[in-house]
Amino acid sequence: MMFAAATAALVVAMLLALVRALLGPTVYDRVLAVNSFGTKTVLMIAVLGFLAGRPDFMDIALLYALINFIGTLAVLKFFRYGDMARPGGRPTAGEGD
Amino acid sequence: MDMLLDIISGVLLAAGSFFIIVGAIGLVRLPDMFARMHGAGVTDTLGAGLFIAGLMIQGGFTLITVKLFMILVFFFFASPTSSYALANAALSQGEKPWTRESDNTNDNKEDSSSKT
Repeated sequence: MMFAAATAALVVAMLLALVRALLGPTVYDRVLAVNSFGTKTVLMIAVLGFLAGRPDFMDIALLYALINFIGTLAVLKFFRYGDMARPGGRPTAGEGD
Repeated sequence: MDMLLDIISGVLLAAGSFFIIVGAIGLVRLPDMFARMHGAGVTDTLGAGLFIAGLMIQGGFTLITVKLFMILVFFFFASPTSSYALANAALSQGEKPWTRESDNTNDNKEDSSSKT
């Protein structure tokens, strides 16, 4: 029963993150909201794994956490450098040409 | 003994859910992107930490608890890194943090509704 309550709380938090993703004036608000939504999804998968009695969900949750992190960094790199193909090590305070 | 573990994990899950919702509310209500990162940070660290601790107690001494601990360790390293990358990308693209002074100077540029 407490897993259901935890899931309900997670759904509420996810909706709030989606509200910020829609409202966010700047693009970085949206990236932040989606990143936060991703970590909540990891927790949701873990708690649903317990709810459904499926211990293999923990691997899915771990994988989702990894992919969410990589996805956030990829999107940030895209916004920062305009495309993905730039060599690394550019001066961080440089212009984003 | 089993009853005690259920109570402890229940309390941890409730506390974790509470901080997740507090972080989400902070994500929505705080005035500026950099302030909202604090809200997201609360969710990532305290919310997820208590939540996974509650699940780990439920898991007992099995492989499930080890995997949950791996998730916690990864959050421990990934959350600050992604927050740093986000702040660095935003700052280098000329995103100015919201301050009390900047609030009334650029009121005309941005509509004040986004500031509430």
